[in-house]
Amino acid sequence: MKNATIIYRKQIKDAGKNIALLIQFVMFPLMAVIMDNAIQVADLPEHFFVGMFAVMHIGMAPLNVTAAIIAEEKEKNTLRVLLFGGVRPFEYLIGTGGYVFSSCMIGAVIFALLGGYRGREFVLFLLIMAAGILVSMFLGAVIGICSKSQIIAASVMTPVMMIFAFLPMIAMFNETIAKVADFAYSQQIQILINGLSSRTTPEPKSLIVLGLSALIAAGMFVGAYRKSALN
Amino acid sequence: MKAIEIEGVRHQFGEKEVLKGITLSAEKGEIIGLLGPSGAGKTTLIKIITGQLIPSSGNVRLEGHDMGGASGEVYHEIGMMMDDFGVYERLTCYDNLKLYADIYRVHTGRIREVLEWVGLYEDRKCPAQKLSKGMKGRLMLARAVLHRPRLLFLDEPTSGLDPATTRRIHDLIRQMQQDGTTVFLTTHNMTEAEKLCKHIALLHEGSIVEYGEPKEICRRYNHQNKLRLLLDDGTSVRLPNTRESAEQIKEYLQNERIETMHSTEPDLESVFMELTGRSLQDS
Repeated sequence: MKNATIIYRKQIKDAGKNIALLIQFVMFPLMAVIMDNAIQVADLPEHFFVGMFAVMHIGMAPLNVTAAIIAEEKEKNTLRVLLFGGVRPFEYLIGTGGYVFSSCMIGAVIFALLGGYRGREFVLFLLIMAAGILVSMFLGAVIGICSKSQIIAASVMTPVMMIFAFLPMIAMFNETIAKVADFAYSQQIQILINGLSSRTTPEPKSLIVLGLSALIAAGMFVGAYRKSALN
Repeated sequence: MKAIEIEGVRHQFGEKEVLKGITLSAEKGEIIGLLGPSGAGKTTLIKIITGQLIPSSGNVRLEGHDMGGASGEVYHEIGMMMDDFGVYERLTCYDNLKLYADIYRVHTGRIREVLEWVGLYEDRKCPAQKLSKGMKGRLMLARAVLHRPRLLFLDEPTSGLDPATTRRIHDLIRQMQQDGTTVFLTTHNMTEAEKLCKHIALLHEGSIVEYGEPKEICRRYNHQNKLRLLLDDGTSVRLPNTRESAEQIKEYLQNERIETMHSTEPDLESVFMELTGRSLQDS
């Protein structure tokens, strides 16, 4: 596992100099800070923008960044050099995934603080965010593994990201879309976060959809990994 | 045990057979060159030898390890500098090497050694994306030798580089060989092959058409076997390279008339042309 730590450190250095990726991590937490403080509408639930942008953060940042990092490494053949150096594919994925997960969770902590969650609610909020981030990371990894170049990865991940990041927001305005969105993990994350704010017990449906999404995404990831082994 | 053993390697891309039964070997500590024009199959062969491609048939053994079941351990004995192997553009030269020093469990002091060796120590804090093509080539060479590999594979190591950088890389390759490393290089540059390699294999359309020491190959194809003399009045004279010409040459020497004198054995380019009807520079 030492190689996974080496890859993790390398990703911090490398992605830390990649402005395009850094923007993904800070964009929605920053927007939430601004909107939450700048917009005060009477009928709007408290910290409305925190929940909305938290879901967008889940739908966009881990998916985009995971896919972009893997696709770039494949395109430039740096990944191949790592594998020939003795780094095993799963070590690379753990190191890279660890970097994306921890970076996204920093955003999640900002959302939690901004939303005023404390104690048990704070932990539950982070767990909900972590579950969503993991599902998005699996999807991002599948796109990255299956794409030969960054352009191909971008063209695939854009519609996927648009669906999962923005579906919960669109669902607020259209009942038909809301029915479809019920099957999306990001929509269930939105419901769980809203339930946390209103202190309602989560419905089994939310947990089932989220669990099934995680299983499907993990299954796709294992399939893609077995088929290509990052080659 | 030989350092590199290749037996009957064949490879197909779809219907096209790109390697047609290659058998080749290299002793430990020698520089062996694979010479051929673009599309001859050089890169495919080097990828098969290093386990990046699985051949349609045939065997490859490196230091006795069968590359069919190559593990991570084998790769710690191998250094590779492939044209399409990238570096981390945003990382500095030092950080690029630090990553691999950590992976190979090499002491960080070695990073300074190799950076000085390839002449990049002064540029150690420079991001790779700001390096010239020649400097990037040297960084890739530094990465390939960082863990002191016993086998070094170089795919067109000086392709597109300026003469000064090419000379520097040649010196570095020779130093590696003197330190006991076996070097396998592909090139379409006959001068490079002649200068560096103990043995060369001429590759044409997936087959080795000639193998041996560069000078020996040239001698083998010296059908004319003549001496070419340039005299002090500008006259060019060709004489058979036999004892019958000795008197004539002696006379020229006694009269101090000879400006230059060369044997007429062909260079590798001419040999390749004779064997295949193609130039090494053909793309």
